[in-house]
Amino acid sequence: MNNTLSKPVKSGVTRALLLLALLAGALYAGFPVLWMISSSFKSNTEIFAYPPRLITDSFSLRTYASVLSNPEKVRFFLNSYLVSILVTICTLIVGVFAGYSFSRYNFRFKKPLNMIIISIQAVPPITLLIPYFSLIVALQLYNTYTALVLTYMVFTLSYAIIMMTGYFNTLPRELDEAVMIDGGSSLVALWRVLVPISLPGIVSVGVYTFMIAWNEFLFALTLTKTNDMRTVPVGIQLLMGQHSYEWNEMMAMSVLGSLPVLLLFLFFQRYFIAGMTAGSVKG
Amino acid sequence: MQKVIRKSTPFLYLSPTILLLTILSLIPIAMVFTYSLMDNVVMNRNPVFVGIANYVEILTNSVFQQAFSNTMYFTVMSVVFHLILGLSFAMLLNARMLSPIVKAFFRTIYILPWVFTATIIAILWRLMLNPNGVVNYLLATVGLIDSPVEWLSSRQLALHSVTFINIWAGYPFYMVSLLAGLQGIPEELYEAGTIDGADRRQLFWYITIPQLKPIIVSLAMLDFIWTMHQFTLIWMTTGGGPIRATEMLSTYTYKLAFSSYQFSHASASAFIILALSAFVALFYVRQQRATDE
Repeated sequence: MNNTLSKPVKSGVTRALLLLALLAGALYAGFPVLWMISSSFKSNTEIFAYPPRLITDSFSLRTYASVLSNPEKVRFFLNSYLVSILVTICTLIVGVFAGYSFSRYNFRFKKPLNMIIISIQAVPPITLLIPYFSLIVALQLYNTYTALVLTYMVFTLSYAIIMMTGYFNTLPRELDEAVMIDGGSSLVALWRVLVPISLPGIVSVGVYTFMIAWNEFLFALTLTKTNDMRTVPVGIQLLMGQHSYEWNEMMAMSVLGSLPVLLLFLFFQRYFIAGMTAGSVKG
Repeated sequence: MQKVIRKSTPFLYLSPTILLLTILSLIPIAMVFTYSLMDNVVMNRNPVFVGIANYVEILTNSVFQQAFSNTMYFTVMSVVFHLILGLSFAMLLNARMLSPIVKAFFRTIYILPWVFTATIIAILWRLMLNPNGVVNYLLATVGLIDSPVEWLSSRQLALHSVTFINIWAGYPFYMVSLLAGLQGIPEELYEAGTIDGADRRQLFWYITIPQLKPIIVSLAMLDFIWTMHQFTLIWMTTGGGPIRATEMLSTYTYKLAFSSYQFSHASASAFIILALSAFVALFYVRQQRATDE
């Protein structure tokens, strides 16, 4: 290392540069979010006011009141919550069973089945959309919640199974064997012993699943028709289709539409990050 | 009897999965392949087998070719910049002189873009990139532009603009994984390197990068596949326009099916996207095997 600068000065400079870089990064990542929140409190005429300001004179909650008192828009939120929660519950139940089977049993076709589950993650949604459309119409499920819950599971299930298998693999087999020696069935071992200690893994999978379901757009757009079945992402798109842009309303909808995932992220940050990392670090 | 029960137990637990995946992926993939070999299915009551005619038609179509090259530009640029930004942010957050609270604070802000859904990201950036929007104002204030720029409605800029938005939206996924990877590199490696006289740059290229390589390869492959499928962001910002400047394989296929009702052509196009993804996924699986061994 060079010695032209004394050590404390050098570390002071490094520290200042580091902080500067951190702040620049925060501006890049955070400013758009700040702008969204700020715009949601403006009146629509002030959206493109020159010069732009973060807080304007007409700062108010009016836009939120208007969104939340509109039954059609509230319905978008209720639909999103209902579908996302159902998808999360169904995915967790099916995923825990499958993960248990992969972790604790050896059986024929285990390897190919596992391969299929992994590869499904690479299937493009647009490829599935065309046959889904015919299937859902043929099954008379077009424009129903069932259609959305069912089709969303194709995105969430693989991830849940891979994660749960991995989690169960870290737990010693003696745990469930002890239950079975006492005469309990494998179902009892799974439900009474493995599921309670796997709660952190289950929460990670649950948070991730909820987020995928909450964010889904393409299937919701194509497999529903009437406004009373639309979810938030499609609802926001419908607002855009109208001739005059109510930017402040769209921003308020966006803030409200981001709230559930944002709260999950802030409160379950550890699990949220565990879910994000799992795919690539462990492989 | 006992033996039969024991043998069937794992399949019993797997039965919902097998049932769902058969309905949701195996049958639909078979269907889309069949559709792609017929003349106009869904709209036509008695479609006839036409072989690879739809594929020939699609592959020689100039819009498809442009959608393909747009998708490749969008995907490759996204993957490269996701990696650069993700690694830079991860290394910033991994700096030893930061206190844990400062780290946690900045980490939370840096992950923020990941929390928002593509629809919301799309309209947020449409607001900011509007000719009268805040981005043009800021650029004009610092003197980088003289007149308002049409970021999303100019044929020259639209593809770069949507790529820029996608880069903003996706880097946190890399950052989080690479941060975990950085924390997993044993300190002794750096100590040994320093003793051998390596400078910072050498430590980065000869220790950090090789140690992170398996994670980087996994991330890049997953991201490549997912970005190639991106539909929502494009649909909500430009819809593929202006005049196909941002048309992607996904938006083109969607329009074929649900705007012009050419389900057979759409199926052929959809199957080509599937084949491309499978090709990338194959590399991913081989890489995973190599790391496992």
